[in-house]
Amino acid sequence: MTDAPLFPQAPAAPPEQTPRPPRNQWWDVWDQFRTHRGALVGTVVFVLIVAAVFLGPLIWTNDPAFINVRARNQGPSLAYPLGTDQLGRDMLARMLAGGQVSIAVGLTAMALSVVLGALIGVLAGYFRRLDGPLMRLTDLFLALPLLPLLLVMVMFFRDPLAAAYGPEGGIFILIVTAIGLTSWMQTARIVRGDVLALKEREFVLASRSIGTPSRRMITRHILPNVLSPIMVSATLGIANAIITESALSFLGLGFPPDFPTWGRLLFDAVDYIQQYPERVIWPGLAISLVVLSVNYIGDGLRDALDPRIRGR
Amino acid sequence: MLTYTLRRLLLAIPTLLLISLAIFLVLDLAPGDPVADMPLTIPPEVREKIRLSLGLGEPFHIRYLLWLKAFFWTEPLYWIDARFGTDFAQGAQRIISFQSRSPVFDIIAERMPQTLWVVGLSYVVGVLIALPIGIISAYRQYSWFDQIGTFVSMVGYSVPTFFTGVVLIVVFSVNLGWFPSIYDTTLRVTDWDSFLQQLRQMAMPVFVLALFNAAQISRFMRAAMLDNLNQDYVRTARAKGMSERVVVLVHVLRNSMIPVITVIALGVPTIFGGAIITEQVFKVNGLGQLLIIAIYGNDVPMVQTLTFIFAILIVLFNLIADILYGILDPRIRYD
Repeated sequence: MTDAPLFPQAPAAPPEQTPRPPRNQWWDVWDQFRTHRGALVGTVVFVLIVAAVFLGPLIWTNDPAFINVRARNQGPSLAYPLGTDQLGRDMLARMLAGGQVSIAVGLTAMALSVVLGALIGVLAGYFRRLDGPLMRLTDLFLALPLLPLLLVMVMFFRDPLAAAYGPEGGIFILIVTAIGLTSWMQTARIVRGDVLALKEREFVLASRSIGTPSRRMITRHILPNVLSPIMVSATLGIANAIITESALSFLGLGFPPDFPTWGRLLFDAVDYIQQYPERVIWPGLAISLVVLSVNYIGDGLRDALDPRIRGR
Repeated sequence: MLTYTLRRLLLAIPTLLLISLAIFLVLDLAPGDPVADMPLTIPPEVREKIRLSLGLGEPFHIRYLLWLKAFFWTEPLYWIDARFGTDFAQGAQRIISFQSRSPVFDIIAERMPQTLWVVGLSYVVGVLIALPIGIISAYRQYSWFDQIGTFVSMVGYSVPTFFTGVVLIVVFSVNLGWFPSIYDTTLRVTDWDSFLQQLRQMAMPVFVLALFNAAQISRFMRAAMLDNLNQDYVRTARAKGMSERVVVLVHVLRNSMIPVITVIALGVPTIFGGAIITEQVFKVNGLGQLLIIAIYGNDVPMVQTLTFIFAILIVLFNLIADILYGILDPRIRYD
């Protein structure tokens, strides 16, 4: 819009000459995405938080596990901008370290659930013989009470996994797998529906008629075309995974106490809620901000990737 | 429609059996040992006897079948006995909790009213808030009401209940002292004062859950209304000279309610399962808290039974939602 006066001759150009260079469809998506104010703000906030959490420890070099018994339960000061906890550990450093874990869990669990969901969705949509069993499996998973099962899995399998991969690594693997295994169903359903519709299109018929094997058909023709629902559910999956992880930590079934995540920090702070309520606020605010921004990004992406809305 | 319902009901049986098997397997594979927490002074042979008395000596499939029989046959018989004073059960083995050594269903029956009151009420309140908000913000799309409503519902949908709950406790019970932060189950409502106290202690958990539910449902309501407001039949209704009130509240609302009602029905099972966190925050001793305690205490029969009850509710309300959809929308009849 702003560059319109720069090219006043563009409408007068001869019709056979293209008025603008050919564009990738992702530029159209980006143009639509930019008009969604919430999504734009969400992206900025999310990038800022991720940058702060992963680059912050380079600047703020306090050790999150360092116990300074002389400086217990301090309020905000220059040395400790967010105060210290009941053992005198720096809350800011713990928030940064906790954010790394929470966001890492969110991203990894999302990746797992999206890969699983896309795989099952594509297989069920593309191969008719697999459709019935795989969709019954999806229905079965949808009917499972997920939060109770997650709690059970985490409670009962934490010790063997912690013994095998170390206390942090084991719990990380356990939580990421548990969240990934219980959140792929929506993606699978949406992807299957799109694949079923795509399969009837002419270009699929054309490429089948020249003898494209199924494997290449899926990777070259099907997957690129179902990328948009996958991207939307991936975005929303991050929010879901972060909330689930912090819920588990909040119930005391997440990471071990000396290994901060935002949910764990919130859980630890609840015991001191009467005296130091601000300790509850910071991790809660961080979780809420991340989830809110990710949800807005998902909303904007959904609008931007919907060709019916785009360009309106 | 009837054949469809019957077919779905029949199909629900193998689904539930599979789910119960899955739940049983997960809990059976779990390495926890219910006698591990007992004092070390108990000699090994006694410990083995305790294990046997808990029914752990049998192989997997026999324990599974026994549990199924107790769940679907013995427990209903006990319920009938308690209800009508008969004696069908004749002292058959019930499902016994490892922790309290009392029948699992008795404990569940004790805990049920709190959950139903707090969580059920919050769902009703949430729906009652969500519907008008969704209708108005769709009718006045992009107005300030819509902007605020969409933002609030986005926030309510994104902020986890354990954070809103804790913030409410900080503000209203720590700083202002208006509401108690712990739900007192022993309170009996006898007069006006105790009724007010009951209202006060229910206010915060109900508000937290209602906000969360309302956020989800109002988003659906708004989207459904927007879909319908641009339809041709709306223009026809206006052209006929219907008042705006009738057009929106009768023509559009009825059609928009179809997907929303199914969403509401699908959300009912989360009343029981999804409120685990809120019950934990406000110390409501309902079913969710019971589940947490049972998981911490390695109480396998309790966890199995509760999880399976949640699963039954989910399957049941999925079925109800599908059937409602068919009844409400004549275009979608399954036969």
